[in-house]
Amino acid sequence: MTFTQIIFLVTAAVILGSALMVVSTRNLVHAALWLIVTLFGVAVLYAILNASFLAVVQVVVYIGAIAILFIFAIMLTRREMRDRGPQLNRGWWLNIIIAGLTFGGLFWMLQGWSGFSKAAADFPSGYDAVGQLGKALVSPTGFVLPFEVASVLLLAALVGAVYVAFARK
Amino acid sequence: MLLEYIAIGVMIALATVIAVIAIGLGELFGPKKRSSVKSEPYESGIAPIGPGTRRMPVRFYLIAVLFILFDIEVIFFLPWAVVFRQLGLFGLAEMAIFIVILLIGYIYAWKKGALEWE
Repeated sequence: MTFTQIIFLVTAAVILGSALMVVSTRNLVHAALWLIVTLFGVAVLYAILNASFLAVVQVVVYIGAIAILFIFAIMLTRREMRDRGPQLNRGWWLNIIIAGLTFGGLFWMLQGWSGFSKAAADFPSGYDAVGQLGKALVSPTGFVLPFEVASVLLLAALVGAVYVAFARK
Repeated sequence: MLLEYIAIGVMIALATVIAVIAIGLGELFGPKKRSSVKSEPYESGIAPIGPGTRRMPVRFYLIAVLFILFDIEVIFFLPWAVVFRQLGLFGLAEMAIFIVILLIGYIYAWKKGALEWE
């Protein structure tokens, strides 16, 4: 077993364990804090895949902003920060079947892919991954349309958030 | 390649060790005489008024949402800024379009008073 594989297995175990804690803990603030552990694990996965920029984005945006937003949302909606209702709803067995089928389908599909059993290849030395991303973002043959549409998406979210917050006034 | 991240790993390990030492030593050697007064929330020496878990004003949420949106905007700036001299005028124009679209939302939020904290 290589060093990367050990790191991956430890990370995967941490992600699964903390994700289980997110859905099983009764205290909503604790659930949000466990979610931070899960998100950090995903950042480590990006780092293993050589996607260092995405790993930093994962930490800055998901942990630094979205997890904090979750905590604010919990603190402003619930007087009681403890969930007293049942933890399972009536359709839980159906969800297990759907989740199992989705996992099986993805696994079956990826098994046929030749890169499935290989580690991510190293970049050649001096390869500027962030620069390549920047070029791809504005090149007409690359992702210029999604890039500009992203600003429209952000605009819609911004206007929506402000409108909802001021709707009652 | 993962060795590039060794500094972060060392930092996490150090932070964990220091936190465990700080809490563990207190647990190990500190006297433990619990009473109902001692387990009350600390409120600068006076008796606490009301529950400790108060509802936060919606302002915090709004500020957090606005922070996320401008955070993501900055994330888009970074890869562009790394190569913007090579991209030339075309890249500059595209970033200008990107910013102008978001500026509309910024002006809307400003006019609505979302950036005020009265």
